[in-house]
Amino acid sequence: MTTQFETVIGLEVHVELKTKTKIFCGCSTQFGAPPNTNVCPVCLGHPGTLPVLNREAVELALKAALALNCRINQDCKFDRKNYFYPDLPKGYQISQYDQPIGEDGWVEIDVNGERKRIGIIRVHLEEDAGKSMHAPDGSHSLVDYNRTGVPLIEIVSKPDIRSPEEARLYLEAIRSIMQYCDVSDCRMEEGSLRCDANISLRPVGETKFGEKTELKNINSFRFVQKALEYEVQRQTEVLSSGGSVEQETRRFDEATQTTVSMRTKEEAHDYRYFPEPDLVRLQVDDAWLARVRDSLPELPLQKRDRYEREFNLPAYDAGVLTSDIGVATYFEAVVAAGADPKAASNWVMTDVLGYVNAQGLSIQEAPVSPAQLAGLIAEVNKGTISIKQARDVFKIMCETGKDAPTVIREHGFEQISDEGALAAIIDEVIANNPKSVQDYLNGKEKALGALVGQTMKATKGKANPAVVNKMILERIGK
Amino acid sequence: MAVHTVKQIMESLRRRESKPSEWAEASLARIRALDERIGAFLHVDEAGALEAARRLDGETPNHPLFGIPYALKDNLCTEGIPTTAASRILEGYVPPYSATVADKLRQAGGVLVGKTNLDEFAMGSSTENSAYKKTRNPYNPACVPGGSSGGSAAAVAAGMVPYALGSDTGGSIRQPASFCGVVGLKPTYGRVSRYGLIAFASSLDQIGPFTRTAEDAAYVLQAISGHDPLDSTSAPEPVDDFVSGLDRGVKGLRIGVVRDLSQEGLDPEVGRLVEAAIATLEGAGAEVVEVSLPHMHYAVATYYLIAPAEASSNLARYDGVRYGKRVSGDSLIDMYERTRSEGFGIEVKRRIMIGTYALSSGYYDAYYLRAQKMRTLIREDYQKAFETCDVIATPTAPTPAFRLGEKVDDPLQMYLNDIYTIPANLAGLPGISVPCGLTEAGLPVGLQLVGRAFDEKTLLAAAHAYEQLRGFEMPLPGVEQ
Ligand SMILES: [Zn+2]
Repeated sequence: MTTQFETVIGLEVHVELKTKTKIFCGCSTQFGAPPNTNVCPVCLGHPGTLPVLNREAVELALKAALALNCRINQDCKFDRKNYFYPDLPKGYQISQYDQPIGEDGWVEIDVNGERKRIGIIRVHLEEDAGKSMHAPDGSHSLVDYNRTGVPLIEIVSKPDIRSPEEARLYLEAIRSIMQYCDVSDCRMEEGSLRCDANISLRPVGETKFGEKTELKNINSFRFVQKALEYEVQRQTEVLSSGGSVEQETRRFDEATQTTVSMRTKEEAHDYRYFPEPDLVRLQVDDAWLARVRDSLPELPLQKRDRYEREFNLPAYDAGVLTSDIGVATYFEAVVAAGADPKAASNWVMTDVLGYVNAQGLSIQEAPVSPAQLAGLIAEVNKGTISIKQARDVFKIMCETGKDAPTVIREHGFEQISDEGALAAIIDEVIANNPKSVQDYLNGKEKALGALVGQTMKATKGKANPAVVNKMILERIGK
Repeated sequence: MAVHTVKQIMESLRRRESKPSEWAEASLARIRALDERIGAFLHVDEAGALEAARRLDGETPNHPLFGIPYALKDNLCTEGIPTTAASRILEGYVPPYSATVADKLRQAGGVLVGKTNLDEFAMGSSTENSAYKKTRNPYNPACVPGGSSGGSAAAVAAGMVPYALGSDTGGSIRQPASFCGVVGLKPTYGRVSRYGLIAFASSLDQIGPFTRTAEDAAYVLQAISGHDPLDSTSAPEPVDDFVSGLDRGVKGLRIGVVRDLSQEGLDPEVGRLVEAAIATLEGAGAEVVEVSLPHMHYAVATYYLIAPAEASSNLARYDGVRYGKRVSGDSLIDMYERTRSEGFGIEVKRRIMIGTYALSSGYYDAYYLRAQKMRTLIREDYQKAFETCDVIATPTAPTPAFRLGEKVDDPLQMYLNDIYTIPANLAGLPGISVPCGLTEAGLPVGLQLVGRAFDEKTLLAAAHAYEQLRGFEMPLPGVEQ
């Protein structure tokens, strides 16, 4: 018989903080600047230079740690993590070793309709390294130090994640929380969010952890799940065939969609951590902490629960609308402009997101403003246009940026609801379709639809279907 | 050729009897005349000094150090002027920025004449570990000037500059001051910004002056002290007026004398001269009290774990990638190994290895962490001692200057030379060495006074009082004959 295995995953997520300047010097953190232009003697590790801690970085780290429900170490320190690499100018990274700024937190994710809590072991502050580029022939390497010293937080989860899908959901939750708090852009493609994963398997029922592998530098949300799925399969095969998983570091290879070994445990570093003597202890007083706590926005899950409660939205809608702070902000603005929440939800999820995603825009760049969308929804409610017409109106609004009433007027979208204007047309339709009339009278409900359809056709779709329906029944009613 | 103090030059300039360029020229002339024999300088910026001084000629003195030439230990970064830390690995390195102390002295109107020799990366007690040259003691060219700031001490002793800055991690200002018969002051940790000081051991390093008198030291300390936003470990403490309190005398000053301090290795002549100095102070109204520093015996061992540990990390940046020396190799690791093998001298390598070992996983608790605990105990010893005294007096070094080559093959003997100076670094306290006489052989001996944190004022006043009381002038070294 085959053993059933349980997957155990823990994630280490690096998030670049959105500060204006680097964590230990005054250089800009702007992404995409020409190589080695955002540098100075401090971040290049020149002899004699010293780090000075950027308070804004601490503030954002505090915000993130609080949003992840961590306990804050109000008196903590920085340490040196020593290793040689050309993109690390000082030969050590300033990080936090045994006294991280935040500890013992959690985030919640919804897995198959059930809410699950994933523990956070720690959140610590550190500096980013530079970027190495290697010549394909191995003759030389180039290093760009623009990223050196950009502030990072590392978020280490407990091994509470039980599937690759949960890992992706957890990572999405982290991104969403960081964006809500305005702590980071979390752009994986720009490297402002990076993820390493520890994964092991164990027989179902076993409480001890199995030997784990570490997956490094997975650089998209899709790949996180893919890499872990591959690793589950690989480890299952190894264990099922009586082998044992080797403790090693592997990386995801995009081309083959597999993971490949980078180094084994024997090659593991001894980082020789010790307290950074160039910095004083980091003290966060009560007033500072309280101020940051008060500045925290409503977080994704709280918002989601509120949407269900306050707007009576289905869980699915609430989830989609709150996963991105931009979408939630847009949606709330549509409702604030007077639109019915369910109608607003449908429009935002389907039409607005459909349009911006197809155009590669962010929702903040949507050509139809929340107020304009509320105006369109109002026209449907008033009966000026049908919902089908509204979709066409929306497309024109996107292209022209004009308000709904203007588009309706200019393109003749008004719905005909005036019975006087419809009477002659309906009379003609009834006269020309005696068979349908007879079918309906004989009990074929569908025949009514045919008559309505004929009327719509005769009015080029402008007739108000509800009015037409009523008028036909008045004329041929039983 | 007459040798002048900072105070004398300052007064002459204020009275308009002389011009900054004349002092710069005199300093450069003396360097030209003597430095071939002394070897105090690694780099003399003749053109830069003359240009700076001539610019000042037309200005009115607005700072005590205005127009006065000085030298910097070559581990202090100077924009546009080579800075090597006496290491091959920084051969040809020209910093893109200046140390805060260099900036402060330039703004005060100081005229930098050059950069002085040191033990490579300030690791040593004789300046023999310099990768570039030997520096000789102006009192006896067969002897070392002490170290690691041997070049600065010798330059001041020989009258090439009226003052110079050095750095002190375990005694590197005070011990060479003692060997060369000048005043050397290590301020409280945090008193002077370390920004631009090429780090040896960050939690111990402190910049301070070499001068001919305690009064001169007060002027220089005044100019370089204070919080620096570029150094988080520089203290926000207000800076005292060091000069105005100099004349308060020693009446009622409680001088702590450590009886249980290991007498091992203490040269009897040094012991007698230091005891005589203490007696002189007592005779002028100071009160001598016995204090106990029970953990002092562990200071050297503690220091030789903490300092190398920090150094092993501080020196990791010299990898041949961005600046300084690079020796090409077949691979990245090969390049690192060749660069660092050829770039660092033996003592630096020894300390990097000791430090790396002390921080290694499995050894950290036994070495580095225990050393930190001992450091706390030593700090507490001082706190307790300062409940009953105001300063603690000891010899600065157990011996006078030793001969070149005498201890190079015996690192342990070399390390023990810092036995009296190291504890103040571990505790972060200020210490001063003031000359208290010459041995029969004509070598200077220093009295060390260690004070409370940020109480340099008391140290300077006591040293100044002693200079008035001691009844002799330190003779100019025989280097001119
Ligand atoms: Zn920078």
